[in-house]
Amino acid sequence: MMSQEEAPLSLAKAPTRRLNMIEAINDALDIMMERDPDVVIFGEDVGYFGGVFRATAGLQKKHGKNRVFDTPINECGIIGAAVGMAAYGLRPVPEIQFADYIYPGYDQLVSEAARLRYRSAGEFIAPITVRSPFGGGIFGGQTHSQSPEALFTHVAGLKTVIPSTPHDAKGLLISAIEDNDPVIFFEPKRIYNGPFNGYYDKPVEPWSRHEGSAVPEGYYSIPLGKARTVQEGEALTVLAYGTMIHVAEAVCREKGVDAEIIDLRTLVPIDIEAVEKSVQKTGKCLIVHEATRTCGFGAELSALVQERCFYHLEAPIERVTGFDTPYPHSLEWAYFPGPVRIGEAIDRLLKA
Amino acid sequence: MAKRPASAGSIGGNLPPLSLHVPEPHFRPGDPVDYSWLEIPAAGAAPRPDEACAAADTHPLCFALVRVLDEGHRAVGPWDPALDPETMRRMLRAMALTRAFDDRMYRGQRQGKTSFYMKCTGEEATSVAAAFALADDDMVFPSYRQQGILIARGYPIVEMINQIYSNRADKLKGRQLPIMYSSRAHSFFTISGNLATQYPQAAGWAMASAIKGDTRIAASWVGEGSSSEGDFHAALTFAAVYNAPVIYNLVNNQWAISSFSGFAGAERTTFAARAVGYGVAGLRVDGNDPLAVYAAVRWAANRARSGGGPTLIEHFTYRAEGHSTSDDPSQYRSAQEREEWPLGDPVNRLKQHLIALGEWSEERHAAMDLELAEEVKAATKEAEKNGILGHGLHHPFHTMFEDVFEDLPWHLQEQAEQAIRERRIKWPSWKEYE
Repeated sequence: MMSQEEAPLSLAKAPTRRLNMIEAINDALDIMMERDPDVVIFGEDVGYFGGVFRATAGLQKKHGKNRVFDTPINECGIIGAAVGMAAYGLRPVPEIQFADYIYPGYDQLVSEAARLRYRSAGEFIAPITVRSPFGGGIFGGQTHSQSPEALFTHVAGLKTVIPSTPHDAKGLLISAIEDNDPVIFFEPKRIYNGPFNGYYDKPVEPWSRHEGSAVPEGYYSIPLGKARTVQEGEALTVLAYGTMIHVAEAVCREKGVDAEIIDLRTLVPIDIEAVEKSVQKTGKCLIVHEATRTCGFGAELSALVQERCFYHLEAPIERVTGFDTPYPHSLEWAYFPGPVRIGEAIDRLLKA
Repeated sequence: MAKRPASAGSIGGNLPPLSLHVPEPHFRPGDPVDYSWLEIPAAGAAPRPDEACAAADTHPLCFALVRVLDEGHRAVGPWDPALDPETMRRMLRAMALTRAFDDRMYRGQRQGKTSFYMKCTGEEATSVAAAFALADDDMVFPSYRQQGILIARGYPIVEMINQIYSNRADKLKGRQLPIMYSSRAHSFFTISGNLATQYPQAAGWAMASAIKGDTRIAASWVGEGSSSEGDFHAALTFAAVYNAPVIYNLVNNQWAISSFSGFAGAERTTFAARAVGYGVAGLRVDGNDPLAVYAAVRWAANRARSGGGPTLIEHFTYRAEGHSTSDDPSQYRSAQEREEWPLGDPVNRLKQHLIALGEWSEERHAAMDLELAEEVKAATKEAEKNGILGHGLHHPFHTMFEDVFEDLPWHLQEQAEQAIRERRIKWPSWKEYE
């Protein structure tokens, strides 16, 4: 099943509620469980308790223990069981409690889920959506802060999706669950409760004051592989996703830069048209992600922009990323690609 | 923190230095083989608990050996499944066909018709007899040496050969290493070359069956070597926690390529004994006794189907041939091991049993072997019309990019065009056939 096209008209008519990211994700899961009896949700602490971040709160009570349940602490088993359930015909939506814990399930994702369709020539498929909170900025130390998206974007057969607002989280998650291929759905946990913008010494605004928290009631989907233009601009293009959208937005606002900010939303398959169109217009490109730098997704973005927009570029592509170290606990904000690092890169681009 | 008494001296200071224990098999190339160390209980000696018994009631059987066929080729004891002769003849035929097929495919690989092959010689019962004990729509998650299941379920051997040749009729479009079959229609899950991954998947399938209130169960196979993988622990934990209707077959054929079973823990206990720790039913079976294998798997299937949960079955057998066509076992084990294997050969044992019953004869067996060899030969010829590996008759070129995703995303579309362009540069007159 393909994701439905976005339907702005019907969306405009649908009544909206102000939801934070967790509520929007919970809403999407609830709606999909309602619509499709083959959707099952499981993971560590997701059942009775409703998940350590409360994303599955109330779902077991509403949909029953047969469809929403706790699992042993074994990510290999969680993903492996999901593959078997998918072979049966279910549409599993397992949760990996933190992206940092996903590695024991990596073989089941890379060697199994990602390749079932290919190796069986379509006889078996893996319509699995792996939800997992990722990213830092919550003083989670090196085992609760990682951004491992590039480990998945590198794998043929996996789609990787990262939302940046409650509105997008709901619509993208619904599309991911409806998709007949395995989707890694990374949820930037720093923005679960508010659009954190990198100014860690200032209070975070609640989602209710952000337009992205206006979430239509009921079912809607946002197609995978389509970027969102956060703001139009002429001076430079910012390519980012997740938490970094809000950080980039705040820095550009503070500096008064007329930037065009593209929220990629889906990393694979990437919306190359949106990237090309914007960079060809502005001639300058800033890539921002929180993950470590070397072989990060920014390297791929940089290569794509260089290959496709070289003759439009007026300055070297800038990459702003986390450093190539494990995520440090006490020096979290020194690691985080915040306003200073982004600001410097913008200055270099504008001077060029 | 408590302080250590100053007067105690260094702890363990007067002990000899530690040394690492690296397991060593009983015999190496050239060694005479003596199996007197191997405890082999008499056929018929193992008790057969009720299928609805507590898991713990089976645990003594994890250290025993369920055997039905005795040295006089009679079926004895409580595990005798009392199969009718016709069923046993069909089982014998499926095992013999598996063996004939293996022989032909092995030669095919040596003749350069494909890249790789794996025989299951000596282990036919662990797949064929197991398949006979399951319903045809019970889902199997095999490892790489269970071709006998497909044969027992009537999968056309010409399709198997097409897969082995990766030719243009290969239903898997030439994408998989030879013998990594898949057939949804035969409830046979796509085989992975990453070992033991199928084990937790079987738990998941069985959980799904229970979630949906189905009556079908799952069964999986793993070698004793890859039972060391974390997936084994994941699978048994999930199956036990959710009381999943799944049978875990562990084929202990003594060798994982060149590593003997000691590297998977066999020096300390049996593989079936792992069932004790998980609190699931466990059985240890003479894997070269087709009737014992059938009886054990049927026992576990009945138990799983009636809500009794998972069973771990260790099939104690011997890998009579090399690991694969890429392996030379004479480099690491004594050739005599196979000759002296005290539990005999599964095909011969069932054959002798049927003869003892007056339901079979040497002449009929020889005639069957001839007929099966002809059947395989004919199927091979048929498959060769569709091409052999590396001779051009592969699937259309563009299929390389299909089925990565349900739809072709832009980057694969671009790469497909690149591949076709390269093709045209190398062979200007090249045309894609359909």
